[in-house]
Amino acid sequence: MGSSNYQPTNKAVKWFEDRLPILGLMHSTLGAGYLAPRNLNYWWNFGSLAGFMLVVQIITGVILVMHYTPHVDMAFRAVEHIMRDVNYGWLIRYTHSNGASMFFVVVYIHILRGMYFGSYKSPREVLWFLGLVIYLLMMATGFMGYVLPWGQMSFWGATVITNLFGAFDFYEGMGESILHLLWGGFAVDNPTLQRFFSLHYLLPFVIVGVVILHIWALHLPGSNNPLGIDAKGPGDKIPFHPYYTAKDLFGLSFFIVILAIFIFYMPNIMGHPDNYIEANPMVTPPHIVPEWYYLPFYTILKAVPDKLFGVIAMFASILIFFVLPWLDGSKIRSAKFRPTTAFFFWLFLLNTLYLGYLGTKLPDEIMIDMAGGIDALTMGRISSIFYFAYFIVIVPLVSRMESTKPVPISIAQSVLDANKKG
Amino acid sequence: MTTKDQVEQEEGVTRRDFLYVATGAVGAVGAASVVWPLVDQMNPSADVLALASVEVDLSAIPLGQTLKILWRGKPIFIRHRTAAEIEAAIADNGAIDLIDPEDDQARAERPEWLIMVGVCTHLGCVPLDQRGDFNAWFCPCHGSHYDISGRIRKGPAPRNLEVPKYAFLNDTTVKIG
Repeated sequence: MGSSNYQPTNKAVKWFEDRLPILGLMHSTLGAGYLAPRNLNYWWNFGSLAGFMLVVQIITGVILVMHYTPHVDMAFRAVEHIMRDVNYGWLIRYTHSNGASMFFVVVYIHILRGMYFGSYKSPREVLWFLGLVIYLLMMATGFMGYVLPWGQMSFWGATVITNLFGAFDFYEGMGESILHLLWGGFAVDNPTLQRFFSLHYLLPFVIVGVVILHIWALHLPGSNNPLGIDAKGPGDKIPFHPYYTAKDLFGLSFFIVILAIFIFYMPNIMGHPDNYIEANPMVTPPHIVPEWYYLPFYTILKAVPDKLFGVIAMFASILIFFVLPWLDGSKIRSAKFRPTTAFFFWLFLLNTLYLGYLGTKLPDEIMIDMAGGIDALTMGRISSIFYFAYFIVIVPLVSRMESTKPVPISIAQSVLDANKKG
Repeated sequence: MTTKDQVEQEEGVTRRDFLYVATGAVGAVGAASVVWPLVDQMNPSADVLALASVEVDLSAIPLGQTLKILWRGKPIFIRHRTAAEIEAAIADNGAIDLIDPEDDQARAERPEWLIMVGVCTHLGCVPLDQRGDFNAWFCPCHGSHYDISGRIRKGPAPRNLEVPKYAFLNDTTVKIG
């Protein structure tokens, strides 16, 4: 977060700043002291939107805890109590549950923006790692949060996901020992609910810590930009405040409208009706689906016929993002100048959305009505293979072989050229 | 004469090096012994482990029906098998599609009573009764088919449905656990 050129004029502020230079830190991080490329488009809005959602989730979450009881006999009822009895409880809970979904939407767009414009490439690899760590922490937090209402989907989601770790059964009884350790019993039960509650409360603050590291790592090289070239001279940069604070707030106002539409008009569209039935260890719902943001990975799990390798493939599908900076061997960051890369990027995105769609289907459901019917399992296998081929084959080859378009000399020059044409 | 300083300058092993390593090793063991209680508290607690076994009255289960009870937080299936079902189960003893080959006689102490933990060995869902390719148990989560002996025949589950420890106290009472 660099040295600060912050010079307070007020004597009292200066007195304080000399003793704790935190205002200078803010100034050089999110204020006028941080110079950002002048050509950032609205795709660069999603980082601050993610930060906003994290704050929303923490505030609503801390309030919900004031009315919730983490016990198998009381949790389901506590959530209904929040919905029916607590003043504005419905608003706070719906904001928290839809907020989780919107947090993932925003973060997915943020990650995809990084992929398209090559933000993961040197010198921003550690910045990319920290982002992925935040994403993994979000997945764990989201999963444990979904268990807390103790409905049927909570219980059976927890059962299926924890059982994944039983696949690591390398010697007799090892898988079972892992599961008993995770559950604190012989099945998902009260001890499981209590530890999930504890961790669900803790992890968001861990995320805050990693977000600070993420911003720190961002400010050494500075933000990437749509052209993917380094911002050099003063003509390439403008102060973060007021230019990008204003732009981000404008984007935020649109985002809040979308969030509000979900909260007020379709609060349960992302949820599953079975979660309004209290958890019952004797009956599995006929169709278990995870939350939408896990669906592509769930399809990959189902696509592999072997339990252990299915679990490994599922974890690998996320962890492979960590080596993306080295799989991509191109000297140019932005896909704007890499037409073949851009084409495969969109194909990858479509395929991942399709994987997510398949995640909601039963394995033997017919997806394509030809050649005697191709079922969801087969399509899931084809899509999973493409998913991994994108990382292992397409990106390494295309990035090293494609002929790229000419890259502008500087950000300022490209803006001047665009003005001339316009 | 060689002084202590000379040994240090020549980067040989000194008494100080030994003390560093020894202190570090004792510190690491100490830290690890403190971590263990923090990990082990997650394992099932004494009251969970002490959960009593259950006794079930079998006389209430009609022929061809399955009773489901809860034991240690998991469903237990107790099926009163018909003669045809027992015959089918034994006939399949050597079937080639057995993923986890096991004889029916080894899974049921008394052939008419099949007692199993009703938890799919894939990812822990409860299989449905009288469904699937073998008209026995079928797991709706990821499509595992079990036969009338609770053996996995088709789908992603790696093992047969688990048979818990049980003992017949008399002809109509079984103690599970």
